[in-house]
Amino acid sequence: MAKRIIVIPAYNEELTIADVVRGAVKIADRVLVVDDGSRDRTAALAKEAGALVVRHAVNRGVGAALGTGIEAAVRLDADAVVTMDADGQHRAEDAARVFERLAQGDVEFVIGSRMKRGPEQGNMPAHRMLFNTIGNMLTFMLFGVWVTDSQSGLRGLSRKAASTIDLRTNGMESLSEFIKEKKDRRWRLAEVPIKAIYTDYSMSKGQNFFMGVKIALRLIFRRFFG
Amino acid sequence: MHAIQIVLLCFAIFAMSRALIRYRRGLTRMLHLEMWLLFWVCVVVVALRPEVTDLLARWLGVGRGVDTAIYLALLMIFFLLFRSFGKIEDLDRQLTKVVRANALREMEEDLAAAKDKDRPGEK
Repeated sequence: MAKRIIVIPAYNEELTIADVVRGAVKIADRVLVVDDGSRDRTAALAKEAGALVVRHAVNRGVGAALGTGIEAAVRLDADAVVTMDADGQHRAEDAARVFERLAQGDVEFVIGSRMKRGPEQGNMPAHRMLFNTIGNMLTFMLFGVWVTDSQSGLRGLSRKAASTIDLRTNGMESLSEFIKEKKDRRWRLAEVPIKAIYTDYSMSKGQNFFMGVKIALRLIFRRFFG
Repeated sequence: MHAIQIVLLCFAIFAMSRALIRYRRGLTRMLHLEMWLLFWVCVVVVALRPEVTDLLARWLGVGRGVDTAIYLALLMIFFLLFRSFGKIEDLDRQLTKVVRANALREMEEDLAAAKDKDRPGEK
């Protein structure tokens, strides 16, 4: 059986992390939580819920945490790696669908898209939809790849992709950096429709307009000078 | 002597002494020390004899000497800003590398310890 590992980057997520881990352990062989320098009980709760915890001594950002998690998964001999958000917006069954898509073996990279038409899609708030569309356009202009949800945190990498990916940015902009890697390394990409669960909690943790501008500037810098 | 000349002179002397102290403590390279000293000597010269900037202005095609000095100062500030931005990005990346290496090593130690616990008889 192929070894399936879920990677969850988490920073101060003690309210949601245990539920997310409990859902994830049901559909994966191992769940890795990267505690990105949290000051709350994130690490302890994740461990209790059945995750293996990898701990950053200081907060380095979601991109850095993803990089650490993916490398850890490769060292643990993962055949497929799926990343999930720690705030509870992703459902375990959608992660399972990403694993299944990877298991078909014809793609190296899968994005769980909140914008792709599927039986259950269509619950994204309007302003989110707008930011996401801008993010997609910017990603396309910078890296020449069109995807329907460039900012989704639910993604899958084959073993080959996971062992070659090279993320250089530390923050949210790394989500688009995956797409640069897809292009440079000629990974084949598939998008799987997913349903995101929007709660007041996950909305408050999400990206706002000024973060979006900052992310865009960093991406441009990475494209031309990085 | 005008007040502005005294202010510039004092500031240049202060900056040069800082640069020398940093070099003596081994915090900076000889090349950087020389570059900074040269820069502040130029500031002193311009402060005491502002007319030298007119020569430069005429050669560059800028109207007034003082304007030339301001343009060049702005250019230098932008260059330094850009360079510091790049340096901070480098440091950021290096710090992530260290933090990651540490995190992965701890994970492997934890896993090895857990394995030993499972099979105490084998040790």
